[in-house]
Amino acid sequence: MKRLDTTLYGNRWKPIAVLIAIILALPFFVHSPHWFTVLILIGLYSIITIGLSLLLGYAGQISLGHAAFFGIGAYVSGIFTTKTAMSPWLVIIIGMVGVFILAYAIGIPILKLKGHFLALATVGINIIVYVLLVGFSDLTGGPLGLQGIPKLNFFGLDLGNQLYFYYFVWTIVILVIFFSMNIVRSHVGRLLRSIGDSEIATQTLGVDVAKTKVAIFAISAAYASLAGSLYAHFINFIAPPTFNVNFSILLLIMVMVGGVHSIWGALLGTATILFLQEFIRFVSDTYLNISGQVEIVVYGFIVILVMIFIPKGFISILAGTWKLIRGQRNKITSEEKGIEHG
Amino acid sequence: MGNLLEVKQLTKKFGGVTAVDNVDFHVGDGEIVAIIGPNGAGKTTLFNMISCFLKPTSGEVFYKGEKLVGKQINELAKMGISRTFQNLQIFGNLTVLENVMVGTHVKLKTNVIGAGFRLPVFKHDEELSYELSMNLLKKVGLEHLAHEKAGQLSYGLQKQVEFARSIVFDPQLVMLDEPMAGLNDTETNKMAEHIKEYKDRGHSFLFVEHKMVTVMELADRIVVIDFGKKIAEGTPDEIQKNEKVIRAYLGEEAI
Repeated sequence: MKRLDTTLYGNRWKPIAVLIAIILALPFFVHSPHWFTVLILIGLYSIITIGLSLLLGYAGQISLGHAAFFGIGAYVSGIFTTKTAMSPWLVIIIGMVGVFILAYAIGIPILKLKGHFLALATVGINIIVYVLLVGFSDLTGGPLGLQGIPKLNFFGLDLGNQLYFYYFVWTIVILVIFFSMNIVRSHVGRLLRSIGDSEIATQTLGVDVAKTKVAIFAISAAYASLAGSLYAHFINFIAPPTFNVNFSILLLIMVMVGGVHSIWGALLGTATILFLQEFIRFVSDTYLNISGQVEIVVYGFIVILVMIFIPKGFISILAGTWKLIRGQRNKITSEEKGIEHG
Repeated sequence: MGNLLEVKQLTKKFGGVTAVDNVDFHVGDGEIVAIIGPNGAGKTTLFNMISCFLKPTSGEVFYKGEKLVGKQINELAKMGISRTFQNLQIFGNLTVLENVMVGTHVKLKTNVIGAGFRLPVFKHDEELSYELSMNLLKKVGLEHLAHEKAGQLSYGLQKQVEFARSIVFDPQLVMLDEPMAGLNDTETNKMAEHIKEYKDRGHSFLFVEHKMVTVMELADRIVVIDFGKKIAEGTPDEIQKNEKVIRAYLGEEAI
């Protein structure tokens, strides 16, 4: 007999196997440090967008403040590793636990809000954190930022080496995918989706809806903190502008473009936006002789097009293509289910 | 027979309007009680106060002797009370099976951490939830639809899914808000069968309904509400002969 998990949610190993194959294959084709940076950033941002997909796509709750949690993670790592002799690994965990608790505490009041009001409240959080990062300049370096954050070292393996760091970050991404998928394919995942469909009915069945929403908000914030810490150790320099509301919006765009109802959508969306960023930069520098914030205009345009023509995001095209290849146009395949519930 | 649910002098005022006025009644263990009344009589308001969706202006509700007024909606399921909705609250993006599995919540212990790390509690809960839900779907004859998206089913089937979801965790008191609304005759009969079957298994029902034929057939006792007041209470036979009830439904001339 098939395992219960597979019966309910389809095969989850195939998409993971494809991802691992891509991760292992890319270094054979990519050689420039610039492109490795892009691939690493895709991994780092994916950690955040996967969390956002749990929050937005599954539980139906919006956040325009995740750059704040990303920032807190980055600054916790930055401050403790430059000003104390603590192990950076320990600091990463402290950051995640701290952000989890903080987000939980913030989540209790603000997740009572719905829709636009919740969106505005999370923007508020982002602004407050931004102001604090600039204001506590003794600790954070203020607008000048924080320099000299050390590279990581994993049991003697120098993660300052870009290739090693690439493998390291993507290993973390896969662990995050596993953890998130385990949540999605469980009673908690069903609760999140039922909350998205009808809060009131979920409540009637004995579920503390508020607590469930807050828990997933805190988990997604802890992911952002993890990404922030790794970002700080990768770039070695952090400054407040990276963590303002603009970045929160960009994260949301990534999730929407990829497809909010799937973890794989988050990954695909993140990769799409970062490659697009590179493409726009290349075209505008080389041919149009303009630089600066051209991307924003194009992003806006793309989001509008995606929302109109492919509201379920790029991942829905991928799942559909798979169906066509397999010639099972009318049947829901195990693979498709696997993508949908991942 | 002990009283499962006791409603005492329950009153709800909205501004100057008294929607429910001093209503008393009870549901005995293993009983089916129907609340009927003309449109706008205050049935739904009464129903929502009992299920803690609305706070009464005055009066009390006791379940097995415990006060219900002031409880959170989600506390009721743990005590053994479930309810459905007049306008249907189904999880459209979940499959039929998943809908019913969400209904097993009070029997499960999985939290985010337990699920994320796949601790032993996860496997135990998944199996328990699946087994309970699948068995129930077999009983109500929805097994063949288990893996269909609930949102894509007909209204009648969705009503059955909602019923299945409300009973899967074995609540002692099931509150149904117009369970037959929008159903055709075949579907109505099926729903009535389910309710009778679960009555025989020891569940008690309190329901609001407009279809008189079903009410007369199903209910052990009927409570009639008009303009917020209880105007009659009794067995279906008694209610059919009650002058006040006939007057409320058909008007003065009918007498």
